[in-house]
Amino acid sequence: MDKKNRISSVVFLVFILAISLITGCKSGTKPSKEDEEVKLPDNITEIKQDIDQAKRIFNALPSPLESAMLIKSAGAQFNEKLLNPVSKQNTYVTSKAMALNLGVYTCDLSFASLYEQTQLLIDYMNAAKKMADGLGILKAIEQEDIDKLEENINNSEVIMDVVSQTFMNSSSYLEDNGQPATAATGLVGGWIEGLYISTQLVDMKEFNGNKLVGRIIDQKLSIDILIDLLNDSKGVPSVDELIVQVTKLKTVFDKIRLTTGNVKTEYDKTSNTTVLKSEVTTDMTPEIFLELSKTVAEIRNSFVN
Amino acid sequence: MRLIKTLPVLAILFFAISYQADAQCKKFAKDECLPELSGHGYTHDGNYHAAVLVEGEEAELYKTFYSDMEYRVAIVGESKLPAVEFKIMDVNKNVLYSNKDNAYAPTWDFKLQSSQQLKIVVKVSSFNKPGDTPASGCVAIMFGFKLKK
Repeated sequence: MDKKNRISSVVFLVFILAISLITGCKSGTKPSKEDEEVKLPDNITEIKQDIDQAKRIFNALPSPLESAMLIKSAGAQFNEKLLNPVSKQNTYVTSKAMALNLGVYTCDLSFASLYEQTQLLIDYMNAAKKMADGLGILKAIEQEDIDKLEENINNSEVIMDVVSQTFMNSSSYLEDNGQPATAATGLVGGWIEGLYISTQLVDMKEFNGNKLVGRIIDQKLSIDILIDLLNDSKGVPSVDELIVQVTKLKTVFDKIRLTTGNVKTEYDKTSNTTVLKSEVTTDMTPEIFLELSKTVAEIRNSFVN
Repeated sequence: MRLIKTLPVLAILFFAISYQADAQCKKFAKDECLPELSGHGYTHDGNYHAAVLVEGEEAELYKTFYSDMEYRVAIVGESKLPAVEFKIMDVNKNVLYSNKDNAYAPTWDFKLQSSQQLKIVVKVSSFNKPGDTPASGCVAIMFGFKLKK
């Protein structure tokens, strides 16, 4: 059975299941003649086997919170000038601009929260709320979330929980309401903003051995995931534009050498965790870094201006 | 012929039900999966992956994990489903972990010497009752992280 037929079979079986749920309350009554005309296919076992081969694919980018944590853990300093000013929030009126800048502002507020920039965090939370409201995302960021931030301004754990939850509310609302293209656009906005801040924070005088440069090289591992995520919504004009921009970025990432050896597992009794051990070889020249930095800045500026 | 005529209407109904089911998964993910992270010192990364899966159905997730972090993956299925299996694989398709070898534990904690893209394969196992309507329910996949000590 080819893939198209297999998917059709799976959809058909799930469809039959849905109908059986709806009509479940009729069980025990005599079937009408019309009911008798709709029969389950004889090859249900075959279809069940096809389900075994069907797959749902999820492509997970680093969240804005994770990106901000990576920047901080690399020892980078906070720089407010790198964030997208909240004063620009009223200039975003299209769905694409609002989705991109929902991601951008969410990354900026994550960055502000990790560096304990409390007033900035609240300002950026309000800007992200405006983007979410503009996209019709209900209950993504509520006033009570902002109040909770203000009440727990010195409690980093609560702040991180609120930031994480607002991000989840936005992306899940869009996914659950049949707007995967808008959800993907927001994720791209957040990822590019994290990469922009990282590249701008690299001091070229301390390029060699710079931990932040290592984290930027690691983003090469996510570029194909990003393209796959966008390809899921290929054909949507705003997404097609993003695919062109991200493909340009991929050509620069492709110039960076990154090879990984076999991964071996080792259990660490002290922390009760498994350690994944592997040898990695990377190489990025300052010239390639500058090209990457320029390309990221161009894309990011096209999002925020 | 009647079936063919009614299919478009029923298809719309099916998609409406799908959206409703996915929306219910969000509540399930928050109530049942999230506590596996936040109650154990991990910060949820904010990403949301949940779907209604049918008995025997498989899902794959691709994600990059970073060397500076400690991670917990939590994969939880609704109680009406049979056991949910998951495997973690590297880019060369080597299986690094399978929860089947650990009594179908819903979580796995790990850290990395170097950043890696990993593939997570989730499969709802089967009750093995031929002829029965396959069970279906929400499966949530979530990640928590904390800085490596």
